[in-house]
Amino acid sequence: MREVPRAPLCFAVMAGLLMLVGFGQSWSLALSIFNLCLISAVMALGLNMQWGYAGLFNVGVMGFAALGGVAAVLVSAPPVAEAWRVAWSDLLAAALALLASVAAIVAARRGIPPGGLRMAVTAFLLLVGYGAVRVFFDPAVEAIEAVDPAKTGFLGGLGLPVILAWPIGGAVAAGAAWLIAKVALGLRADYLAIATLGIAEIVLAILKNEDWLTRGVKNVTGLDRPTPYEVDLRDSAGFQDFAAGFGLDAGEASTIVVKLCYTGLFLAVLVLILVLAQKALHSPWGRMMRAVRDNEVAAEAMGKDVTRRHLEIFVIGAAVIGMAGAMLTTLDGQFTPGSYQPLRFTFLVWVMVIVGGSGNNWGAVLGGFFVWFVWIEAEPVGAWAMDVATAMLGEGSSLREHLLAGAPYMRVCVMGLILLLVLRFSPRGLIPDAVHRRAGH
Amino acid sequence: MEDILNAVVLLSNFVVVPALAYGSQLALGALGVTLIYGILRFANFAHGDLMAFGTMFVVMATWWMQGAGLSIDPLPTALLALPFGIAAAVAVSLLTDRAVYRFYRRNKSPAMIFVIVSIGVMFLMNGVVRMVIGPDDRSFGDGARFLIKVKEFREATGLSEGLALKLSQGLTIAVTVAVVVALFRFLQKSRTGKAMRAYSDNEDLALLSGVSPDRVVLFAWAIAGTLATIAGTLYGLDKSFKPFTYFQLLLPIFAAAIVGGIGHPVGAVVGGYIVAFSEVTVTYAYRKFLIYVAPESWRPEGLVQLLSTEYKFAVSFVILVVVLLVRPTGIFRGKVI
Amino acid sequence: MSLLRGEGMTGGYGGADILRKCTIAVEAGEIAVIVGPNGAGKSTAMKAIFGMVGLREGRVVLDGKDITGLSPQDRVREGMAFVPQTGNVFAGMTVEENLEMGAYLRTDDFSGTMEQVFELFPILKDKRRQAAGELSGGQRQQVAVGRALMTRPRALMLDEPTAGVSPIVMDDLFDRIVEIGRAGVAVLMVEQNAAQALSIADRGYVLVTGENRYSDTGEALLANAEVRRSFLGG
Repeated sequence: MREVPRAPLCFAVMAGLLMLVGFGQSWSLALSIFNLCLISAVMALGLNMQWGYAGLFNVGVMGFAALGGVAAVLVSAPPVAEAWRVAWSDLLAAALALLASVAAIVAARRGIPPGGLRMAVTAFLLLVGYGAVRVFFDPAVEAIEAVDPAKTGFLGGLGLPVILAWPIGGAVAAGAAWLIAKVALGLRADYLAIATLGIAEIVLAILKNEDWLTRGVKNVTGLDRPTPYEVDLRDSAGFQDFAAGFGLDAGEASTIVVKLCYTGLFLAVLVLILVLAQKALHSPWGRMMRAVRDNEVAAEAMGKDVTRRHLEIFVIGAAVIGMAGAMLTTLDGQFTPGSYQPLRFTFLVWVMVIVGGSGNNWGAVLGGFFVWFVWIEAEPVGAWAMDVATAMLGEGSSLREHLLAGAPYMRVCVMGLILLLVLRFSPRGLIPDAVHRRAGH
Repeated sequence: MEDILNAVVLLSNFVVVPALAYGSQLALGALGVTLIYGILRFANFAHGDLMAFGTMFVVMATWWMQGAGLSIDPLPTALLALPFGIAAAVAVSLLTDRAVYRFYRRNKSPAMIFVIVSIGVMFLMNGVVRMVIGPDDRSFGDGARFLIKVKEFREATGLSEGLALKLSQGLTIAVTVAVVVALFRFLQKSRTGKAMRAYSDNEDLALLSGVSPDRVVLFAWAIAGTLATIAGTLYGLDKSFKPFTYFQLLLPIFAAAIVGGIGHPVGAVVGGYIVAFSEVTVTYAYRKFLIYVAPESWRPEGLVQLLSTEYKFAVSFVILVVVLLVRPTGIFRGKVI
Repeated sequence: MSLLRGEGMTGGYGGADILRKCTIAVEAGEIAVIVGPNGAGKSTAMKAIFGMVGLREGRVVLDGKDITGLSPQDRVREGMAFVPQTGNVFAGMTVEENLEMGAYLRTDDFSGTMEQVFELFPILKDKRRQAAGELSGGQRQQVAVGRALMTRPRALMLDEPTAGVSPIVMDDLFDRIVEIGRAGVAVLMVEQNAAQALSIADRGYVLVTGENRYSDTGEALLANAEVRRSFLGG
């Protein structure tokens, strides 16, 4: 069969769809969707490294994305001097207590031979250490959260430019991934899935409840932006002339320009990661990774350190996801722990990778674009379809009202349907992994 | 002496009874997960949403019955509506098996493909439930509130602490015992139950013995759908019905199944109670308890709560990881492959 | 006319033929043994007769009826039973339950058959409440054979029944297999311990690279110098 140039075709269709939104709805909306498509693509790339390169089943995408998001807060929010002032001594004491207990546990475990006694001593020290930390930490938390709770009530961040949060967010997620990998990577694929699912829930629980760190569900808004503000643009004379040159009013032009700034930044990140990912995939390291994925036993027999490889890729993938999480929070300009839902942040990214073609970076990018596009556009289309379908029930019909209220959830069904249909009829995705294709699978 | 008795009653009221009820709900959920794992050999991520799906029908049937004036007061009407929910959950399970899973079973697809497929099914059920009944809390409990009231208990015993037993808790425990006994009798004694165990134990040999895989799978889904609806309804009566909560139950349910030994029914039940008791004991504030039992000078200032309730997922998770590291097969040696 | 006969069987897994025009037959009340070097296709021949390996050419006949197109389960219904080499018991179920599973397809009362199995393997009666997975290797093989006998098969096929058991247990197992044959069952087995197996066999087949090399009575094969030298280690 003749090889169809599938990838360019798919991307052309994707571009066409976005243009359609631009002409049909508005260019501002098309740009908004495109920006989130770019972030989704980065996230999908991260998961694709873990699942597509190495077969690691990570169902904790949400957790890593949220860690990236919180990094954006901690880097860019202005520090709250008052909170530090009232709590620094207790915080320091708590930190010292933590260090002391860790040291005690390490020392005890070195000194006592393995067995029941060692377990008992470890458990005892753990409990005592935990209590000691809490003794200092609880008053510190109380003091911090009492500082102007309506506006701050947390420690604040470092007050640095938010763009620094992107690599830092990646690093935070990578650090968490390293810890998790140390514990959970030896597990079977489906146990790893359940473990990561749990970790994501724990991360979210922390972000929601540790108000001293993240303000919890009170949210952090008004984060620093890497782009100019619309208001400033609109007020500048130069910009008004510039907009007039295109025949636009300054208000509309300013939103589009700001969005374009984001587009430029996100696109740069996506291209960078894509280039690196492609290079890595075709390097000896990438070939080894695929060998490990395709036949773990044989690779191990050939002396490859499978666990080590898995650890590397798990951490790298998590870093990419964390970076995307930081970018998302930057775009939103706020951090809202309550908005992280596993369906949207974990499973939707899975749909992206599977639909795009697991193992293929271009596939992951396309999947990110396509799935996000459908996710957003299924809402108005679903509402419209429901409106048409129930029109015969007549205005004011309670069934019609009920169905219309439920229409937004149609997109959830659509996602399930897309995933099932792709798995059934095109199990390798829209752009299949080239290696598998050549092997004639 | 009276202090000790008060402390015991206090713990029973706030730890033992709630944990027994919650553990029963988890046990029923975990039984479904473990059965599907034993027969179809994959971790079904759609199980939480299947629970929500079945319970949704119970809620709607309850509303309808309440509207029509049907009642079995003092028992909750939901009990009467249960068969509708079970029928719906079994029907949708069989339908998804026929339309979705069977294809991969015949192709002998790897387990991870099944898991991803179950994520697709999860999306579908999730969307349907929210479209039909919405994402919000729905209440459907009625009938008597308490079997034992705090006040009556205090008056009867003369203790200052009271013990309350909600009807929903008593019901949960009673129904769970009945269901578990019935299920175990079925698995141990009936021809089909033995065939299911044989198929779970050694699929090839079961086929050689003439066990029909389609029949075994059909029963597995039917039982899983039934258990999911019962678990979901009891949980909804005890707490409240909110679709997202059911998705979140997936984690403690999986933890229970794995801790007990996945694929092992007894393990699932024991695992359910282990997870529930750990969650409740770790998140309980022991201040009042210590006031009763500890000497005067030791009286604590704080709540003496190890972990705030928001972190209960962490408990399931820690138990899960510890078991997986120390004894990967679970307490009752489940399947390792 | 043989009770069970695989004629001119050609086939294997995927593309490659492992069996080439291989013919194997066994009469009621007889024991037939397939021997040969590793990779000769002995187990494949068994699986082909039982319908677990597809045939490109040739056919399988049971008591005059062509069963080439039947699934393994349907062959069980027709009166065949198969004891695989590994994974041949339900490890988590009791001995008694294992036997019950053997009789899964029977709708009549099978307690008499179970008694017969217990007579043949008395140790199983003592251990009938114990999980099969907790038994010794030899006892497990007895459970496996007992399970297969529960359908009262006309033809019993055994894939290396003595693999991994001690010599004493092996002798005992061979004695029981002879007993099963005497009761009128056609027994077809693959054996690693070729010399001993041929000594109890009414008929022997020596397979090499999926083809029949020698076919004769067990006695004759044991007496054949060529066979002794090449396949029985002198």
